[in-house]
Amino acid sequence: MIANSALYFRRRLANRLFIGLSMSAALFGLVWLTFILGGLLIDGISALSPTLFTEITPPPGSKGGLANAIGGSILMSVIAVLAGTPIGIFAGTYLAEYARHSRLAFVVRFVNDILLSAPSIIIGLFIYELLVVRMGHFSGWAGAAALTVIVIPVVVRTTENMLILVPNGLREAAAALGAPQSFVIKAVTWKAAQAGIVTGVLLAVARISGETAPLLFTALGNSGWNWNIGKGMNEPMASLPGVIYQFATGPYEDQHKLAWAGALLITATVLLLSIIARTLENKKRT
Amino acid sequence: MALWAALAVLIIFGGVIVSLVFGAMPAMKAFGLGFITTEAWSPTRERFGALAPIYGTLVTSTIAMLIALPVGIGIAIFLTELCPRPLRRPIGIAIELLAGIPSIIYGIWGFFVFAPWFQLHVQEPVATALVDIPVLGTLFGGATFGIGTFTAGLILSIMILPFISAVTRDVLETVPGVLKEAAYGLGSTSWEVMWKVCLPFCSTGVVGGAMLALGRALGETMAVTFVIGNSHRIAPSLFAPGTSISAAIANEFTEATSELYRSALIELGLLLFVITFIVLTCAQLMLMRLEQNKGK
Repeated sequence: MIANSALYFRRRLANRLFIGLSMSAALFGLVWLTFILGGLLIDGISALSPTLFTEITPPPGSKGGLANAIGGSILMSVIAVLAGTPIGIFAGTYLAEYARHSRLAFVVRFVNDILLSAPSIIIGLFIYELLVVRMGHFSGWAGAAALTVIVIPVVVRTTENMLILVPNGLREAAAALGAPQSFVIKAVTWKAAQAGIVTGVLLAVARISGETAPLLFTALGNSGWNWNIGKGMNEPMASLPGVIYQFATGPYEDQHKLAWAGALLITATVLLLSIIARTLENKKRT
Repeated sequence: MALWAALAVLIIFGGVIVSLVFGAMPAMKAFGLGFITTEAWSPTRERFGALAPIYGTLVTSTIAMLIALPVGIGIAIFLTELCPRPLRRPIGIAIELLAGIPSIIYGIWGFFVFAPWFQLHVQEPVATALVDIPVLGTLFGGATFGIGTFTAGLILSIMILPFISAVTRDVLETVPGVLKEAAYGLGSTSWEVMWKVCLPFCSTGVVGGAMLALGRALGETMAVTFVIGNSHRIAPSLFAPGTSISAAIANEFTEATSELYRSALIELGLLLFVITFIVLTCAQLMLMRLEQNKGK
């Protein structure tokens, strides 16, 4: 009996310890989150001002805004999404609808997952070799191309996942009415998976709006802004994350403030996008 | 059309490999295999060796995994088993928010907020406390800067935490309720149910998730670039500044003036790609096996 109660005691102690440890693990995560968001809010809000959106990035020692960086980021992201989304949706459709179990689909799926998690700086090097070296200079197009390469795998993955959830009965019903496969996909499965696909695109936008590494040596950065968009895209272009990196690592106090303001803007955008994506996803499930 | 889009994915992947190999050619010819084993990195003398960045990448990732793995699993267990129901969703979302924060934000925060705090309140006391102990004294000794290899590893661990806990949580939810009930019915404590029943049941998934997270840690660029200190040498102390593959590329690529310098950096990128490719492939294979088991 005595041996038994010692055993019970030990087991209960181990259990308490374990519960305590996993609670502190959760606490650990939450503490960091508040730490980071808190720091960001404190330093970011004090640096916010309306001139952020109206003035371009200043030379050291003077005041200015982030307008050219915000513009560059939006422009390159829009182009990347416009170019990447169709490719991603079609590829995802191929995987889910046309060749779900074929060997080619297996390889594409595998490669896509690798690209999805591949270091983004590698994508930057790839576009550098592909476009910057060929064209002979850094450009907004190269930046947009790098972001496109990041958009595609995200959209492929979510599109496929969402299409697989569409019940087969729907497809069969449409096919039984005599609709050819392409029409079934266009009019039935895409419709059914619409919310999910939009979620995927939103997630892709969230992902690229914070990407820095692939832009460093594709779009490079630019302290001005060219209103002739076509020409501007052919020149080096500023981006919000790029400016943050450049300003934060520099020695000037004014630029640090702008970097913090930019950081706050990006985080707010990204978190907002992921929250919208999440609510869309939940609405679909219920 | 759909087929072409699918092929485009393969073409991009092939393009990445071809362009990296092509770009790395001059450096490969100049240094051969010695590239991986030499530490010297001198742009002025055109001598390049990748040992210091490789070492930095491996060490920071190891530190990150050592911290994030137990904590991530702990969070997952807390969320699936112990947390009161109404709190589950908010805490789960909060942890996932950590994954949504862009890496440059971790970088700027780590550089301006965390590193000075860490230097003052952790590094200095620890370094003074351990100074006379043989191995630990060297490992955590030397001048403290706040930034350095250990700081980079720590920030990486926060970044990959949500990945590990998300995957672990997903696979823990696949454990059949009957299995747990049977164990509880035999009088097991929560700890015993978790450790001896649930985790063995889904070990493949947990390891797969950990590998995915490792892949992220290895390639993470901006956060590391800010806080690692960018010094091309292998210091005995973890608190000393170092560099990693991705940080070296991000930092020096636009400054690389000579053909050989740029080529050496691209070869670093190629090495990084090969390493992450291997890790991610292992992760994929493990998670795939899990999928198949689920089908049975």
